[in-house]
Amino acid sequence: MSEHQTSLNFRENAAAAVQNDSLRAAMRNAADTFGTRRAAAFSAIPDLEALRDRASEIRLKVLDNLPAYLEEFSVNATRAGATVHRAGDAAAAREMILALLKERGVRMAAKGKSMISEEIGLNAHLQAAGIEVVETDLGEYIIQLEGETPSHIIVPAIHKNRQQVGKLFAERLGVPYSEDPQVLTKIARKVMRGKFMSADAGISGANFAIAESGSLVLFTNEGNGRMVTSVPPLHIALISVEKLLPSLADLPTFIRLLPRSATGQAITSYLSLITGTRKDGEATGARELHIVILDNGRSEILAGECREMLKCIRCGACMNVCPVYRTAGGHAYGWTYPGPMGMVLTTLLTGMKKSYPLVDASTLCGACVEVCPVRIPLVPLILKLREQKVREGFSDTKERLGMRFFGAAVTTPELFYWGERVSRLFWPLIRKLGGKNVAGRLPEPSGKPFHRRMP
Amino acid sequence: MRVQLFGTCMVDSFFPEVGDATVRLLEHFGVEVMYPQGQTCCGQPAFNAGYRTEARGAAEHFLSLFTGSDPIVTPSGSCAAMVKHHYPELFHDSPHLLEKAKSVALRVYEISEFLVRKLRAHETSYAGTGTLTYHSSCHLTRTLGVREEPLQLIAALQGTTFVAMPDALRCCGFGGMFMAKLPEISCALAEEKAQSVIATGADTVTGCDSACLMTIADALKRRGSSIRVAHLVQLLAEGL
Repeated sequence: MSEHQTSLNFRENAAAAVQNDSLRAAMRNAADTFGTRRAAAFSAIPDLEALRDRASEIRLKVLDNLPAYLEEFSVNATRAGATVHRAGDAAAAREMILALLKERGVRMAAKGKSMISEEIGLNAHLQAAGIEVVETDLGEYIIQLEGETPSHIIVPAIHKNRQQVGKLFAERLGVPYSEDPQVLTKIARKVMRGKFMSADAGISGANFAIAESGSLVLFTNEGNGRMVTSVPPLHIALISVEKLLPSLADLPTFIRLLPRSATGQAITSYLSLITGTRKDGEATGARELHIVILDNGRSEILAGECREMLKCIRCGACMNVCPVYRTAGGHAYGWTYPGPMGMVLTTLLTGMKKSYPLVDASTLCGACVEVCPVRIPLVPLILKLREQKVREGFSDTKERLGMRFFGAAVTTPELFYWGERVSRLFWPLIRKLGGKNVAGRLPEPSGKPFHRRMP
Repeated sequence: MRVQLFGTCMVDSFFPEVGDATVRLLEHFGVEVMYPQGQTCCGQPAFNAGYRTEARGAAEHFLSLFTGSDPIVTPSGSCAAMVKHHYPELFHDSPHLLEKAKSVALRVYEISEFLVRKLRAHETSYAGTGTLTYHSSCHLTRTLGVREEPLQLIAALQGTTFVAMPDALRCCGFGGMFMAKLPEISCALAEEKAQSVIATGADTVTGCDSACLMTIADALKRRGSSIRVAHLVQLLAEGL
């Protein structure tokens, strides 16, 4: 995925999405449902604001002491029987995981939902090496069948309606067409069961990693996460450096915030804590556990002025309320992470050169800031990135010249008022040149501007 | 009481009648309105697009005009938010200007906020008619925290039936330069907003930001709707 970034075409991608009626209906429906459920879930939490403060503090504490927590986690996870690997970038992580699988003769790996694996393009890499990779989260399975990428970090197939899924299943799995979600889920479950039992390895991500105990924490709804991490003999967990929490005592804050923010649930169906490998006398758990901790540019982000982006716990609440996301859809952003958190993180992880149009993908309405459970200042971060874009010369020439004139006019009233007069004089031409959807939306300037009506 | 009026560039060029209505209202409540001549734009277009130098120029110009200790009143939530919350950020490296920016930030009021908090204008009755709905502008609501004041004033419009808009707080799609940079999404958002307005069955839609109202008016016009779009100060001034 990382090599197929199309963020530079954000406007074209989004414009195409606007024309796609079924996509827009699906997005509106899903985003509204999650937004409403989230609001309802939090209405029962009286100390929400204090909880958000606490969550933000914990995440900042992690970022402030990251090397120490990483070390603590590694020591404790190793003591519990896991093998911990550190990967500097995407390529290193891909190679590491492929080597682990190859060394053990793995032919098929069952995968739990992991956005980090999308970030590093893991599936394609393993498949190219002849390893079958099966996504076991229903949404991920749907898009894997379709050959797509996730368009939402929590609800990967949010852009699809049930008719499209029914058609896809009928075509790819040879089952009779149905658009009943229950029937479709049953079909997927049947396919999945076989895969879980025959997979040589399970690959998962994790929502959090606890430094104090070396545990991995997974919030899941379908049970597939637990199957992937405990049925196959080998479990490989891929996490990024900032996933840490200091201690188990910090977890309840996030148990209260994450599912409510993500899907509006008080708690997910499954909450798994995995500490090391299966011990003697235990009935479940992988015999061998490898934890790959990925940096991929995060240390650099941590050292910069947008470090608070790394507080993100991937709940997706910001995208559910974002007017731009719900209109453009997740694929328009052209890389792994969409929506407000995505436009910031993508720019930070892949660099301004590959993603600068994304920093304009916000009306600065602030809906995202209002819902972020860890209080990431998304609007201020977007503004910082816009400044960086201008500073590094990625803004277009017309805009730069326009801004130069604006800068002169706002400090010179005569010039400002002259500009007003000229635009009134040439209004028909400006409307025409400015296009139907830009200048064409402005009314005609007044014959007597307000400043001339005042003494 | 005396106030300084910041008209805003949108009102200056496109909606001077909003400025007229603001003056009429303030004077009705016995407020002396002083209009510092030479005012231009608060600088928000530059600030939001990442052009700090230009935004800072606009802010310095503003600070040089709006001196003294009178409250500064403006008929725009977005411009008030710029002055109140972003001006101080622009001058962190210049103690003298920072002090001025902080003083201006304390003095600036969006008009509905000023009418309710300082003049208790919601306790007066205004003659109203028909059915009205209200768009809750993003910066007014989220940045300034002015949520109730416009609704309190609307409630004082006698003879007007208020119908709340579904998703009143969803962005209209204007977003300043956003409307020019991503016009397809901007138009789609405005279209959705127009549908929300129409769904209320109201004959008039109001708000406290001319730029949002302009965006909504255009989207309504494109749908062939005859729903009136008016700034809240216009409705109040008409009802005096």
